[in-house]
Amino acid sequence: MSSDERFEVVIVGAGPAGAAAALALAREGVEVLVLERGDFPGAKNLFGGILYTSVVNELIPEFWETAPVERHIVNRRWMALDEDTQVGLDLKSAKFDVPPYNNTFTALRAKWDRWFAEQAEEAGAMIICETNVEEMILDKGKVVGVRTGRDDGDVYADVVILAEGANALLAERAGFRPQMAPKNRVNAVKEVIALPPEIIEDRFHLEGRQGMALEYFGGAVKGTVGSGFIYTNHDSLSVGVGCLIEEFLRLEMAPYEMLDWFKAHPMVAPLLRGGETVEYATKMIPEDSYDSLSDLYEDGLLLIGDCAGLVNPSIHHEGTNLAMASGVAAAEAVLAAREANDYSKARLATYRERLEESWVMKDLKRYRDTVHFLLDNPEMVSDYPDLTIRLIRRYFTIDDTPKDDVLRELWKTIRDEVSFFKMARQMWRARKTML
Amino acid sequence: MSIDVREYLKPHKALSLEERLGLVKRRFADESHITVDQDAFRADPTKAVLFMCPAQVFKLNGEDGSCIVNYEDCLECGTCQVARRYTTWNNPQGGYGVTYHYG
Repeated sequence: MSSDERFEVVIVGAGPAGAAAALALAREGVEVLVLERGDFPGAKNLFGGILYTSVVNELIPEFWETAPVERHIVNRRWMALDEDTQVGLDLKSAKFDVPPYNNTFTALRAKWDRWFAEQAEEAGAMIICETNVEEMILDKGKVVGVRTGRDDGDVYADVVILAEGANALLAERAGFRPQMAPKNRVNAVKEVIALPPEIIEDRFHLEGRQGMALEYFGGAVKGTVGSGFIYTNHDSLSVGVGCLIEEFLRLEMAPYEMLDWFKAHPMVAPLLRGGETVEYATKMIPEDSYDSLSDLYEDGLLLIGDCAGLVNPSIHHEGTNLAMASGVAAAEAVLAAREANDYSKARLATYRERLEESWVMKDLKRYRDTVHFLLDNPEMVSDYPDLTIRLIRRYFTIDDTPKDDVLRELWKTIRDEVSFFKMARQMWRARKTML
Repeated sequence: MSIDVREYLKPHKALSLEERLGLVKRRFADESHITVDQDAFRADPTKAVLFMCPAQVFKLNGEDGSCIVNYEDCLECGTCQVARRYTTWNNPQGGYGVTYHYG
């Protein structure tokens, strides 16, 4: 690249956010360059394994016919564990077994991201891999381009879209987002464990391309703000844990030790039998509260996806679809700015307005206090799940105790262990912050 | 090809961290993309980066109390610099570092 290279739009990162923006812009004939530091789009990308696809299906209707998705999820389970017992909620529906499959698929990012970026390329976007963006080029406070690690590697643009992911180095160092911190970043580790499709289908009661998602809380992750998961791919399982970095620091515990603990749990280990670990991977997940998000738009700059902090931190754990939605919203804002030939901060504010009007920011607002609430009320992820498990286990434990006495015993346990007003207040707050 | 179900009733074989790191394709750069402020590391009572890194990149040098950085093992999550600001993490040079096969 010579030093006078110029594009209308430069996008940093070819993950779901960057590729969605590139696809939407290229379709409108905008000259887009996407810079990706990996060998190919997706090479360095990771998630737990569930891809929510409402945005994809709008961009590429019936994408499942051609895209490398693994299985569509017909069965979801949310479970609390203590050291030897599991209590859970099970949702399985034939309604999720027909298009659009409840917009919920398992996927593996090295395959999915690569395919999705190819759709942007086919629409006319240019993607250059193995290229690291070292800094943004600013002129009088306005972002005018990026400096890459290549020789003569400056590239100029009317607008730069940052889609650099959870480890938001460029955005943070330029002061365009608040500092990443142990209370707003999860560390997740995951193994891909190979199993034949027939074994997976038999073990998880699935047929054909049906899939299952199992999420574990409480003792599964030592009572921390976090969770464990098993997701069925076509011929492998995605198995992992993710907890706030703050929690690992508190326990002085390594993330891989938490994963080993989870995998060895008596309720989990039988599901992994005979499986061979074929990959180990890790990533950070942003759990910035809505209240701590930066503007997400500057002079000549937009922030999308994980680097903007757009992850729903609740039990819904949605990230990639918010990333893609933000990519599309950014593309629409850029098209409007292009029409006016004005890429100032004031003009690009329409990006934020589009997000605020959509489910993206409505959901982030809904769950703005979830993480703080859990950190401030650790009973929610430790004592209460444990107590619930014990009560339910006792209720169904068969011995010669009359049921009247069992119920009296249960009420006594609750009275002895729980401060009624404290719990009532916490449940009220939980309803408001977590549901 | 028929499947012998009994093969898949045996316990999952848990791998050591070293074995797991060996599964990940990496292209090593000549220079480390991670630096540590050694004075601040020595002053950290819990030496948090030693346990916090999912790839255990950081090791204690028993002789002088400094932090050894095995950057070749890095899986590029960036958690170290969030856990402790005395680590500085930069993206490895383009085309270097981790390439996930599954992701």
